[in-house]
Amino acid sequence: MSAFVALVRKDVRLYLSNRRALLMSLVAPVLIGAFMGAVLGGAPAKPAAVPFAVVDLDRSDISQRIIAAMSEDGAFSVQQLPQAQAIDLVRKGKVSVAAIIPQGFGAKASQALFRRDTAKPQIDLHFDPSQAMTLAMIKGLLTQHIMQVVSAASFGGDAQAIAYLRDNVARNASLDAGLRADLLNMYKSVEQVQRQRHSNGTADVATPPGLAMPYVTHDFEVTNGARNYNPYAHSFASMTVQFILLMGVELGVGLLLMRRMGLWQRLRAAPLSRATVLGSRIAAGTIVALLLIGGIFAAAILLFGVRIEGSVLGFVGVAATFAALTSSLGLLIAAVGRTPEATRGMAIVLTLLLVMLGGAWVPTFVFPEWLQSATRYVPTRWAIDGFDAVTWRAQGLDAVLWPMAAMLGLSAVLSAVAVYLFRWEE
Amino acid sequence: MLVARGLCKAHGNLVAVRDVSLSVSAGEIVGLLGPNGAGKSTTVAMLCGIATPDAGVVTVDAVLLAGGAHAAKSLVGLVPQELALIEDLSALDNIMLFGSLYGLRGGLLRSRAREALDLVGLGDRARSRPATFSGGMKRRLNIACALVHDPKVLVLDEPTVGIDPHSRNHIFENLETLRSRGKALLYTTHYMEEAERLCDRIVILDHGQVVADDTKEALRARLPTSAARRYEISGAIDPALLADLHARGIRSKLIDDASLEQVFLHLTGRELRDAK
Repeated sequence: MSAFVALVRKDVRLYLSNRRALLMSLVAPVLIGAFMGAVLGGAPAKPAAVPFAVVDLDRSDISQRIIAAMSEDGAFSVQQLPQAQAIDLVRKGKVSVAAIIPQGFGAKASQALFRRDTAKPQIDLHFDPSQAMTLAMIKGLLTQHIMQVVSAASFGGDAQAIAYLRDNVARNASLDAGLRADLLNMYKSVEQVQRQRHSNGTADVATPPGLAMPYVTHDFEVTNGARNYNPYAHSFASMTVQFILLMGVELGVGLLLMRRMGLWQRLRAAPLSRATVLGSRIAAGTIVALLLIGGIFAAAILLFGVRIEGSVLGFVGVAATFAALTSSLGLLIAAVGRTPEATRGMAIVLTLLLVMLGGAWVPTFVFPEWLQSATRYVPTRWAIDGFDAVTWRAQGLDAVLWPMAAMLGLSAVLSAVAVYLFRWEE
Repeated sequence: MLVARGLCKAHGNLVAVRDVSLSVSAGEIVGLLGPNGAGKSTTVAMLCGIATPDAGVVTVDAVLLAGGAHAAKSLVGLVPQELALIEDLSALDNIMLFGSLYGLRGGLLRSRAREALDLVGLGDRARSRPATFSGGMKRRLNIACALVHDPKVLVLDEPTVGIDPHSRNHIFENLETLRSRGKALLYTTHYMEEAERLCDRIVILDHGQVVADDTKEALRARLPTSAARRYEISGAIDPALLADLHARGIRSKLIDDASLEQVFLHLTGRELRDAK
């Protein structure tokens, strides 16, 4: 058994014999991965209703029908409140958005529906800045319900709106005479239909006239695999990357601690090259990291149905290159660190930053555009994207060759720099 | 066996060791003494190949010692002052690990490890972990780890710190056995009685330089007689006549020779060094 193998074996054995640390290294990522997979991953079967407050200053038939339609929509949990109370609830974070429907909204909205030159009524939306993402969703749903209600009112029963439009056309001298006559005929026909529906009692409350969504959608999850998207695959990849990086930090700090001990003197007194001593540390760290990745994904497979639907070889490759990268990073930390205490704090901050930029906590698409571009050069993103590719995206080996090469190359560079910078003599 | 010539080492602007030369022959125990900050640790580091001298050379059995993976390092065994043991490995596994760093393997490694354990009296605790050992047992295991590759030179850096007299005596017996087997031992200590008992020769370092290198007897001879010896005088003596006692032929009995500690303090002064 060569000295190199003996040192590697010693480090791996010591890590595995520390059952408490081992348990934490395995249990913590599994628990957090499970939590994040359950909470953040994928579309839930039944979305939670968005708390939404409405202030009706109009009190018209149209505004009440809009509120009624939104109340029936499962996406909202609507409360009709006075204005001050509604805004106060937003301020306290109890509701995401409060919409103020202004006085005269119903009449003005019906008129604005047909005339671009008419002043549009304004709905003020007071929103919780910490839940800004819900604002866009509420705007979309508001648009749908208002369009349906206002158009139904215009075409289905609000004679005043049609009369207003007809009078405007009749007074418009600049309009072509032929076009004016056509428009007046159209309004007349609409009014006639409205009158007939009401006089015959055939007005259908369930399907009032007006605009309706002219399409329906059906959603398809797009993966290469035979299974649907498993959100745990991504959350476990993220947490694996995070905790393996933290293990790398401990590896570096452990080396700094060892330098304070007689053990380091004994190693230095042995006929061992610097490459043997430091290289064995990298090799041991890589093996331990690989074992941990295997353990964490085994839990993901057994307990949460995660599958390596793509290249198994690619999965092993991503795991191995990321493990090597982590060990090299740990050695670099030991090389540039002065004291274990200071180094640990600094390295953990760096690790968490890398993890965040890699998209482990929140998806990178929510980042600003410049930051999204920057994350392409962050190794944690290579690792997470690599794991995603060979698990739920069901990609082949070719899809992860580039991230594997990048991680391996970076690992070699970090190792070389670490060995060069490492303070060999105290 | 171990020869150092003109060793110099500076840490930044601080000169830790200046032109230190010393030697240890086979079958000899040489004590390396010095106050705190005298340069003992730096000297030991250079003698073991841990630190590279700025100037000077170290040879072991006529082979030049260098750092890194140099083969001459296999001729030296180091017993660090701090316990250099892995608490989670058994005593035998500890020794085998360090043996494997010197290229030992297989049956030879195992038999050497057993021999080293037997020598320090831990043969029956081979499978026990150091965490279960007393301080003295750990110190003995610390020594065994340095012996497994059968070095010609053993450098011991205060190997008896914090242990009881029985364990210390056991270690002394081990070291005397090694001396009788022809090993060259360099022994650094702060305990003068240890150097007194074990060492054939004493090297005293101060301010990074060798201030004395001689046998115990020769070192004692350096002290002024009045400062070195105590006499028990019998009979009624007039104090005024004390200076002429010998000349007058009054019978006297030497009850205690000068201690090595007195020699040490005489050579290095009484100033505390820790405060510097």
